[in-house]
Amino acid sequence: MTVTDERPTVEVAEHQRLVTLKIRRYDPEVGPEATWQEFQVPVEKGDRLLDALHHVKWYIDGSLSFRRSCAHGVCGSDAMRINGVNRLSCKVLVKDLGEVITIEPIKGLTVLKDLIVDMDPFFEAFKSIKPFLITNGNAPTRERLQSAEDRARFDDSTKCIMCAACTTSCPVFWNDEAYFGPQAIVMAHRFIFDSRDEGADERLEILNEKEGVWRCRTTFNCTDACPRGIQVTKAIQEVKRALIFRKV
Amino acid sequence: MTATAEGAAPVVIEAPRARRTRHGKGSRTNFEMYSWIFMRMSGLLLIVLVLGHLLIMNVLDSGVQRINFGFVAGRWASPFWRTWDLMQLWLAELHGTNGLRTVINDYAVRDSTRFWLKMLLYTSAFLVLVLGTLVIFTFDPTIK
Repeated sequence: MTVTDERPTVEVAEHQRLVTLKIRRYDPEVGPEATWQEFQVPVEKGDRLLDALHHVKWYIDGSLSFRRSCAHGVCGSDAMRINGVNRLSCKVLVKDLGEVITIEPIKGLTVLKDLIVDMDPFFEAFKSIKPFLITNGNAPTRERLQSAEDRARFDDSTKCIMCAACTTSCPVFWNDEAYFGPQAIVMAHRFIFDSRDEGADERLEILNEKEGVWRCRTTFNCTDACPRGIQVTKAIQEVKRALIFRKV
Repeated sequence: MTATAEGAAPVVIEAPRARRTRHGKGSRTNFEMYSWIFMRMSGLLLIVLVLGHLLIMNVLDSGVQRINFGFVAGRWASPFWRTWDLMQLWLAELHGTNGLRTVINDYAVRDSTRFWLKMLLYTSAFLVLVLGTLVIFTFDPTIK
């Protein structure tokens, strides 16, 4: 048997072009070190990065692991570090990423396999800010009404899909998981500024802790990373202001 | 679940860093908030104080060449400049110390590293503040 190039020749149709995906691979069952692996993938003009990843998984190497669910930028499963910045692979187009595309798992969380990380610390932070309606007294017999203006006050922070792109783009979080991270603060913002909610003081106290909002260094990485366009840093600053003036 | 070669130790996935506990246990003080506000306020004041200081010392009249013992003695004869320099000393030292404290909090991973770096920082800040304040208050222009 003659020795041939391990990689089969990639067939590229006329309307396609070849891009190289450089993927950070890690498999605890193979070895303790993460390695870079390159794949040649034919892509079409309108392809998203997720399509290219699917091509790798379905036709080249089925062992490649990544999370994705809805594939349309809503479920928030497929946040990854693409060319050094956090993006959803289902929302970026390959045509915007150049010839060689580096793909890594999001930073600051334990990598389980390839692009899959342990999200537990992220959800812990989310839970600790009490992400549910807090009210006092008896429940009303009808729905809790809210004016359009009151609703608009926290509209931006309701858009969060919990993909963790913001939290894992934060340099403070990279170095210290104890920091709540932008996502938890955005979620707290969503309730603190909700006129129907009465737990603002409680949440502000939690975020006033040593690992709370005061650790934010306003690097704006989170705002840049958010696939929903949430003004994350602004939301954090609003929480800081609410803490200083004790006024929501 | 983890398949290992015979006799080899199972592969352990290490956490990116030792996990630290948090949430709900923190002391309920406003220290971090006040330190955050202090950084902004002292920063604003320092812009005026330090730029003014640099202007006076290095630019006005014939600049840095004229500075000698007599020049300092002349300025410190006025309580205004003593207050200026005292404020500059305290604000700059505390501003810098607090900045380094946050850097240590952000980047030192082990608790013992944090502790000793901060001790070093606070000791040096204390020495600088005591020495500087002492000089400003006890400066003797007639000394030989």
